[in-house]
Amino acid sequence: MADIFFFIFAATAIGGGIGVVLQKNPVGSLLFMVGTLASIAGIYVLLDAHFLAAIQIMVYAGAVMVLFLFVIMLLNLGHDYRDDIKTGLLLFLAFATAGAIGGLLARQLRGAADNPILAHFPGPEGMEQLLAEQGIVGAIARPLFTDYVVAFELTGILLLVALVGAVAIAKRKV
Amino acid sequence: MNDLSLTAFVITSSVKVFAVFSILLASVALMTLVERRLAGFIQDRLGPNRVGPFGILQPAADGIKNILKEETMPATANRFFFVLAPALAIIPGVITFAVVPFAAPLPTPWGTVDMVVADIPIGILYILALSSLGVYGLFLAGWASNNKYAFLGGLRSASQMISYEVALGLSIVPVLFLAGNVTLTQIVWQQQQLGFWYILPLSLAFILFVISAFAETNRLPFDLPEAESELVTGYHTEYSGMKFSMFFIAEYSHILTASALMATLFLGGWSIPFWSGDHLLWYEGMLISGFTAAGEPIAAQGAWWKTILTFLSFAVKTAFFIGVFMWVRWTLPRFRYDQVMHLGWKVMLPVSLVYVMLLAGTILVLDQVGVEGFLFGAILTAVSGACTLIFVFVVDSDRLITGSAVSGTSREVRSPVRQVRRPALEPRTGAGVGQ
Repeated sequence: MADIFFFIFAATAIGGGIGVVLQKNPVGSLLFMVGTLASIAGIYVLLDAHFLAAIQIMVYAGAVMVLFLFVIMLLNLGHDYRDDIKTGLLLFLAFATAGAIGGLLARQLRGAADNPILAHFPGPEGMEQLLAEQGIVGAIARPLFTDYVVAFELTGILLLVALVGAVAIAKRKV
Repeated sequence: MNDLSLTAFVITSSVKVFAVFSILLASVALMTLVERRLAGFIQDRLGPNRVGPFGILQPAADGIKNILKEETMPATANRFFFVLAPALAIIPGVITFAVVPFAAPLPTPWGTVDMVVADIPIGILYILALSSLGVYGLFLAGWASNNKYAFLGGLRSASQMISYEVALGLSIVPVLFLAGNVTLTQIVWQQQQLGFWYILPLSLAFILFVISAFAETNRLPFDLPEAESELVTGYHTEYSGMKFSMFFIAEYSHILTASALMATLFLGGWSIPFWSGDHLLWYEGMLISGFTAAGEPIAAQGAWWKTILTFLSFAVKTAFFIGVFMWVRWTLPRFRYDQVMHLGWKVMLPVSLVYVMLLAGTILVLDQVGVEGFLFGAILTAVSGACTLIFVFVVDSDRLITGSAVSGTSREVRSPVRQVRRPALEPRTGAGVGQ
């Protein structure tokens, strides 16, 4: 059962990703992107990562993509979208970047067993015990606010700086 | 979380999904009628009363009319998104209800059935996630219509919803402090155990939640996306027939879910006040009604009449908030757009942030000192009551009516505006209205 759902979600995620690139209309691309993000949230649910799934929908599909939508609408990128698509060197660079990221990910996955990032992962049994003890939010919140609190606060400051920067740029008289 | 076999689980879940979905849509149909009758009552007229006794068949007549009506499609509209938008609007509205518990667990011959469609561990986060998706339907409807009024309505709805989502999320945080869990069944249980509905110890959170919920559902005084006096009817200007009524079904199911949430988060959900016989929770594989002083769970049994009584309790609380939604709609005028943004970002956001900090501090101190039970609730009630009074009479006083046209200027400039704000009302004389 879970396998069937996994393949459905995986297919819609990949199909959505292809749709994002192939759509001529930016709003269409955006909706495909939302579909991809929602499918990935579905895969998270299959992995019992409910919290991550909810955050994925709430932050990416619900907030970030709505801001994208705003940008697309307000810039109104011309109504014949064909002219907006870059060609030549830029196209090559885009594919090169995508390929490089894909290669890096593949390299990470290949050595998944002795990956240092996964060293702290308690394994399925350990996860179940952790969830029973601390609940689904506690299991994420505790390490976030104890072991990784410096990184967490620094990320917060980074976001604040970006926010202040955006306001400063927007306030400038053009 | 329950003792059902897999087959029984699948069957009972299917029945629950079907029943909840049908009741939801039937309630939505009835709400359209109730709203019009209530509007008639408030405006001293009758409202629709011709179809069936008290007009009870009016929703059916409307439904048939809308299905038979011609579906129009503007020539310049983006066809695909134009058709997709009503579907995107209605889906979050009808599936959010899935996590709301609506009665005490029901014992059946096959095991005990939880009276909630899906008691998923992320509860409230699921609701927040889905409510953040509701904006796509309205926004796309406005954009795909290729009509400037519709587009303005879509833009307004999107900016309003993302503005108030922040305050909505922050107003739920105090509830999570007290409940210590995000599932709604746990929140109901904790309110039963504390003996306080959260509306008392978290009164300001309740007020902030209600205001944000009004904004999220696009209801008056926050119905700027529709604003018929300026934008025709906003994002659904170009829609007709069933597509048009799908936006209305979406709106009313949002109201229903928001009311059910207010009842669950702040009025104890399905629990019946001053009666401990309805305390039921799954705890380590068995139903319990509470803990002894030594911390041992007390086993309990559900009963069919308890399920019915608790469902009635839930229905009454939800209906009350639905009534408040409608009452407010026909009482208050619409905000101006800049006032909506001002309220959202400069009043609601800072107030809810400060309140969350203050309450977290209070709860931490009470926990450290070891205060529990009634005294715990009473102290929090006092603190929140003080916050509410400060919010209503100091922080928020005179802010909303004056708006941004005079904000940013000095107080001296503002004062004449204030004086003309409340002209003395002449007593109404002459023939009564509506005779």
